[in-house]
Amino acid sequence: MAQDTNNEFEVRIITPDRTFFKGNATMVEFNTTEGEIGIYKHHIPMTVIIKPGVLTITGAEVKKAALHSGFAEILGDSVTILAEVIEWPDEIDEMRAMAAKERAERYLAEKDPKTDMARAETALLRASARISVIK
Amino acid sequence: MASMRDIKRRRSSIQSTGQITKAMKLVSTVKLQRTKQAALNSKSYFDYMYRTVNSMLAKSGEINHPYVKGNGSAKKAVVMITGNRGLAGGYNSNVVKLVTRSDLGKDDVIIYPMGKKGKEAMSRHGYVVADDLSSMIDAPEYVDAMRLGSMLLNAYKAGEIGEIYLAYTNFKNTVVHEPKLMKLLPMDKPEGIEGPVDESSAPEAPMNFEPEEEEALDLIIPKYVTSIIYGGMIESVASENGARMQAMDNATTNAEEMIDKLTLQYNRARQSSITQELTEIIAGSQAQN
Repeated sequence: MAQDTNNEFEVRIITPDRTFFKGNATMVEFNTTEGEIGIYKHHIPMTVIIKPGVLTITGAEVKKAALHSGFAEILGDSVTILAEVIEWPDEIDEMRAMAAKERAERYLAEKDPKTDMARAETALLRASARISVIK
Repeated sequence: MASMRDIKRRRSSIQSTGQITKAMKLVSTVKLQRTKQAALNSKSYFDYMYRTVNSMLAKSGEINHPYVKGNGSAKKAVVMITGNRGLAGGYNSNVVKLVTRSDLGKDDVIIYPMGKKGKEAMSRHGYVVADDLSSMIDAPEYVDAMRLGSMLLNAYKAGEIGEIYLAYTNFKNTVVHEPKLMKLLPMDKPEGIEGPVDESSAPEAPMNFEPEEEEALDLIIPKYVTSIIYGGMIESVASENGARMQAMDNATTNAEEMIDKLTLQYNRARQSSITQELTEIIAGSQAQN
């Protein structure tokens, strides 16, 4: 397996309702609880938890999606992402994402003790991920 | 022998029942196609989730986490998925039977009913029934499962409940559905999972976790619980439609059989009444001569 010059590996993205993506790629990038990571072939086996961010799949073409939650199992020759919420750019409502971002920013700025800060932060991350995928 | 009018009335009443069951069968056939597809689409997610979590537990040695160790509370929560409507053969009662005949003691169990039929049956049996979640089963959504999952996990963390079970109907294929009772939490350490299932995909190096295993479990297990609940919802809905289709198909066949029998009876009655009238007329005319 280590001899092949081909540096593509299998990427599978599964959601509760469908198989979101299945194909080969040379690199996959996304955001995790430990920070943003990029994966090439022959990565050490690892399980990571996903944080809202942009997912980039580099293969024959570059694909982007907004990945919000789930976890990923990385093996040497495959990456499987179990995504609870994930969207292609054309599934995103830009106006809504903008509004959500503003709302989250306002909550965070107000520092009202009644608002759930962690939740507002996640909402902000999510909205930013959506917006940067469209752009 | 019943009179002609009685037989006729009975036949037409069965006829209209047969029409209704036939229509219901057609409706559930269409619904079955859709829900079956949904169940198939999501199967790979649940299988993968189940396998990952189990192999995580198998590989990670002794874990001192309440999700694995339990929290000492004797209360058991049972999420019970049935239908909101009847006329689906044994679909609803099979799940009810499964729970009432299981070794879960009545006093320790709190039922979280998803589906009116299960809720009614369980309160009749004298179980403690928590809030009604019946509206969730009309159109299963992942967010509903998420909400229920986090509610249960909060109760678990607070020590209000010590075990979580899921009672649902497994959709094997269109005609075979089996009720199942599954333990969600605390997780049992899987035995023999590292057998043939894992060998094909066994990684060369041991799996690493980022963050550390305990923290990772803390984040993954809620997702696991949610996905198992959602999977149970989707499979149950498919099973319900399958069961209803079968039940209505049987009902339609029975109605047709009864109509055939009654038609025969009706014709016999008609014939004998004609014969009788004729005999009377002939007898009358002979007496005149």
